[in-house]
Amino acid sequence: MSIFVNRQTRLVIQGITGRDGSFHAKQMLEYGSAVVAGVTPGRGGQTFEGKVPVFDTVADAVQATGANASVVYVPARFAADAIYEAADAGIRLIVCITEGIPVLDMTRVLPYVRERGGRLIGPNCPGLISPGECKAGIIPGQICRPGRIGVVSRSGTLTYEIIHQLTRHDLGQSTCVGIGGDPIIGTNFIDCLAAFQADPGTDAIVMIGEIGGTDEQEAARYAAQQVRKPVVSFIAGQTAPPGRRMGHAGAIISGSSGTAAEKMSALKAAGVAVMQRPADVVPLLRERVGRA
Amino acid sequence: MNLHEFQARALLKQAGIPVPDGEVARTADDAARIAERLGGPVVVKAQVHAGGRGKAGGVKLAQTPAEARELAQQILGMTIKGLRVNQVLVAPAAEIASESYVGIVVDRSSQRAVLMVSPAGGVDIEEVAATSPEKIFRVGVDPRYGLLPHQAAAMAFRLYRTVELARQAATIMRQLYDAFVSAGASLAEINPLITTPGGQVVALDAKLVVDDNELERRPEIAALRDTEAEAPAEVQAREAGLTYIKLDGKVGCCVNGAGLAMATMDLVKYYGGEPANFLDIGGSSNPQKVVTALQIITADPNVKSILFNIFGGITRCDDVANGIVTATTQFKLDRPLVIRLTGTNEELAVKILKDVGFSALTDMDEAVRRAVELAREAA
Repeated sequence: MSIFVNRQTRLVIQGITGRDGSFHAKQMLEYGSAVVAGVTPGRGGQTFEGKVPVFDTVADAVQATGANASVVYVPARFAADAIYEAADAGIRLIVCITEGIPVLDMTRVLPYVRERGGRLIGPNCPGLISPGECKAGIIPGQICRPGRIGVVSRSGTLTYEIIHQLTRHDLGQSTCVGIGGDPIIGTNFIDCLAAFQADPGTDAIVMIGEIGGTDEQEAARYAAQQVRKPVVSFIAGQTAPPGRRMGHAGAIISGSSGTAAEKMSALKAAGVAVMQRPADVVPLLRERVGRA
Repeated sequence: MNLHEFQARALLKQAGIPVPDGEVARTADDAARIAERLGGPVVVKAQVHAGGRGKAGGVKLAQTPAEARELAQQILGMTIKGLRVNQVLVAPAAEIASESYVGIVVDRSSQRAVLMVSPAGGVDIEEVAATSPEKIFRVGVDPRYGLLPHQAAAMAFRLYRTVELARQAATIMRQLYDAFVSAGASLAEINPLITTPGGQVVALDAKLVVDDNELERRPEIAALRDTEAEAPAEVQAREAGLTYIKLDGKVGCCVNGAGLAMATMDLVKYYGGEPANFLDIGGSSNPQKVVTALQIITADPNVKSILFNIFGGITRCDDVANGIVTATTQFKLDRPLVIRLTGTNEELAVKILKDVGFSALTDMDEAVRRAVELAREAA
């Protein structure tokens, strides 16, 4: 079992003929994801890798192939419109990998997607993977294995690091979700905690946050009230200086708020186990999964 | 990207907001000339991307053009929070009857722009939020409709009791929202918004922070970037497509991915060291990026050891290894290097490094511990 993507997920790749889109579409196909369509305006009628039909519009792709989820790789300048287009075509799960979409654009995109019943994951995220079922994005498939740990993170490579530790110690994953490093994102920690709590295939949750904003603090309160499954967490940026954007657009301590210390204490107060370093993930989970 | 006060003032003025006269000067003589033209007492304000300019002595009042020259002389070339002052704003000293705060920020939780106002102006709004939060009023703005007249009016009445003042303030708030949107800002602030004894509402100071992701489609805003006012290493990094932030420790860090880079710095601290920097070489790193990264890290004299932490996904470990090897042929690496690589093309990378006498580790903790030890031994 898993959340958001599974064997029934039929992916359309927006920007499938671009440099990043084509590279990752190939990887998704190799992984065994059902990539049923691609979209690049002007390339309709072509075939990608000899098997995936390419369309001019998402609506055409949905009509011809029954695609029900999209992965967006189009460049930042066109990415907001690509998300609007997917929402208008009735796509319910839109995963936006693209980095660099202006925040004010996202304030318009998100209500639009939600009003049409869609869910956006990202932007500026590595996407998600339900090991053995579906990979929608860029998380390397070979570091994952099927299992019962849910992973949710604002980061990319740090998530890989932690997934890698889990897999090496035989802790497989139900789904790993990268929610993205931007200040405004479509799916947050609480959305993922709720989905993992409801998923019978998930026994415990790993939550990887970082400095900036209050999403982790709000998730901590939610976990205390609504999540029965063990949650272990890591917060990156304990040594980050205030007022500086640490790579991710959303990773910034504003004044004295959004610090790692503040997030870690909110999580501890909510009964969430907090790692001191990524390598703690395995022992902390073993203690709790054994007990659950 | 941060704008200077004089740049933010110009954008606010363009939006129709009343802003006092004033000009920017790069020399003391220019400052005197501007003061002469303005007549009467002036303020001389350092234009630098750092808060707390006043406390640092970067804002001074001058009664005469001669005094303005003298003060500008002192302020130009001052260093505030590590940044050299190259320009001063010379503006008429205003008569102030009251001071308020007006700001617009993108609020992450409600996922929209929020207008914030407070009658406690002229001080750091963070301080007000901490000590008297009841003095801050907020309203969320629906991006489809913008700041509505009644929303602005309601906020304006939080600041002023008379209709005359409230009307002016409400108009300014709507103009500020327009300036915020058209600049692609993530923050727009007037602090203080003052009233004069004659009953005029005026923006005395202005602050704009522009979302970096907006710059590509707003070349006129991008052109306002003042690279002179930034740390040279950070400019060099940005031009190479890297993100670099200098810190004060001894362990230089070179990592792929922002989250992993922060976690690496934290682990340096965990093992008793201090990171010298944040450096993210990004996703699809070509060898040249790695060379530039090493140039930047080694240019910091505090660095005693250099730590690479690479988790290969899209980033190929062999690209990073080739970058390290190329760097060694271009300049002398005079400080010890600890390399941790795992993931895509790891074996190939290990071989490339081995051929030139480097070894690589696969465990992050082991690599960080080793780099901290080496930095300590060198100190």
